[in-house]
Amino acid sequence: MGRFILRRSLQAFLVLLVMSFVIYTLIGLMPGDPLDVMIASNPGATPEVVARLRAIYGLDQPLMLRYAHWLWAAVQGDLGFSRTHSQPVLEVLAPALWTTCKLMLISFVISVILSLVLGIAAALKPGGLVDGFVSLFAFAGISVPVFWLALMMILVFAVKLHWLPASGISNIGDGSFMDHARHLIMPVATLALANTGGFTRFVRASMIETLRMDHVRTARAKGNSEGRVVLVHALRNAMIPVVTVMALSFGTLFSGALLTETMFAQPGMGKMIYDSILSNDFNLALSGLLFATLVTLASNLLADLAYSWLDPRITL
Amino acid sequence: MKASPDAAIGIWTLRWRRFRTHRTGMASLFILSALVLFVLAAFPMQYVLGIDPDVTDLFARFDPPEPGHPLGMDEAGRDVLIRLMIGGQISLLVGLLATLVGGAIGVAVGVIAGYFGGKIDGVLMRVTDGMIALPLLPLLIVLGAIDLTKLGFGQDFARSGAAGFWRIVVIISIVDWTAIARLVRAATMQIRERDYVRAARASGGRAGYMMATHILPNIATPIIVSFTLTVGRVILFESVLSFLGFGVVPPTPSWGNMLNNAQELVATAPALAVYPGLLIFVTVIAVNFLGDGLQHAFDPRSERTK
Repeated sequence: MGRFILRRSLQAFLVLLVMSFVIYTLIGLMPGDPLDVMIASNPGATPEVVARLRAIYGLDQPLMLRYAHWLWAAVQGDLGFSRTHSQPVLEVLAPALWTTCKLMLISFVISVILSLVLGIAAALKPGGLVDGFVSLFAFAGISVPVFWLALMMILVFAVKLHWLPASGISNIGDGSFMDHARHLIMPVATLALANTGGFTRFVRASMIETLRMDHVRTARAKGNSEGRVVLVHALRNAMIPVVTVMALSFGTLFSGALLTETMFAQPGMGKMIYDSILSNDFNLALSGLLFATLVTLASNLLADLAYSWLDPRITL
Repeated sequence: MKASPDAAIGIWTLRWRRFRTHRTGMASLFILSALVLFVLAAFPMQYVLGIDPDVTDLFARFDPPEPGHPLGMDEAGRDVLIRLMIGGQISLLVGLLATLVGGAIGVAVGVIAGYFGGKIDGVLMRVTDGMIALPLLPLLIVLGAIDLTKLGFGQDFARSGAAGFWRIVVIISIVDWTAIARLVRAATMQIRERDYVRAARASGGRAGYMMATHILPNIATPIIVSFTLTVGRVILFESVLSFLGFGVVPPTPSWGNMLNNAQELVATAPALAVYPGLLIFVTVIAVNFLGDGLQHAFDPRSERTK
């Protein structure tokens, strides 16, 4: 067990290292460079001054060397300065991370509960009426463009019905819990709906398969009530593959959060990454992307551990 | 001689019969055919009726539906219907092309990893796992934001519509091949151990020949299903990227970039925000149901039908 965790952590670390180089290179290929704002705001800058600035910032060095410098600083906790926020990157990142975590966690829990209820209901009678509706709902969930779903929510609940605020996390001057909650309803609902579809299909498929197994028949034969058979004997086994899929869906969840935050103007990681790429805020984009990768890798590691915990047949 | 009901039938006949019993699959086939006709109708509209998708008319902004412009005009006074059709051509074409390219990468990686096993398999699968672990959308946005002139492309090409189109095909294909790779690898490993494959290998078949002749044709069905599902995912990726401004660039329309201004327009001209998204939604759900139907038709465990 210990060796397994160590090996997987090492692997994840390696992926992170490779990704940091890939993302560093890609960010360097984005339009503009870190000096263009400085140069644009200083019309008197001669080519010599520009060249000297480039040398000061190390932009004349080869890519590998610049990457090594950046990495060395990053390891020591210095992720640089965000030029749009005029703050150290870490100070911009931390509050954004909290907003995103809130959005993702609440949506995730809702999706899990909803998909369990729907998936089990559908699996009880495959091909039945309930199954038909659940399948339609699940396919709609995996097929709907998240940003358009958000747009339609805004159209219906904010523009037409005036029930909910279309953007932001609270009204100015009103920081009450209810106000925050009202601002969260649409983002959470959008993200949860988009995720529930895929989860439901997995729960349904896994449940149908498990219900055909011998141990379930034995449980029935022993006179257990149908509810107990389904919810205790079958569900635990059916959950094994489902838990993995859910934990592995973190990357998808994050992609959804990026869109949801952008559409509803929630100041989270996703919107921050998007804005930083739009405004050529290189340091912020780089750190944000790496952070998202790091958290995804960590959640995948957790998925592996959960798998072995749920299924005692697997020894790591 | 007339074939009796019990006569042997070909595998494709059997599959088609099974597919026909799959109601949502059949419905999807009809819907997708209708969508293809819809986007192709742009040609007669453009060349026979002479409606230009790019000509703006600021006196006709937000004009309601009228004869000749059944869906009205958009925020720049362009005909909405023809832009939906041409945007659909672009979105569907990106979906198909990126699936073919990405699918080819996935099939190659999967078959090589599965056939050779060992170290090659280990390396390829670590790369695949690493890819799967990444949050794709932020990565795609960075790839979409890359300045092509820094990669050595000319200014003129980098700003052209063609660059926007091919860029999105390329970036989606290099990111979305992992699912197919894993599937193909698993299928290849199963086939590799069959006796006829061993026999062919024993009689001196080389690796390339083995893969092309004995492996690939026998794992074609899961590949077809997987390709179908990928088309749906790619269309979603395209729409998101174009919507965010990193995909197909205006004036070339795509269903995604037609929603660029939708957030501001949703209060004043909601129809403009509804149509393109609805078409994306219908297309992707139909593609996914089609994949489901194909899976049912190809699965030998599906119950036999008349």
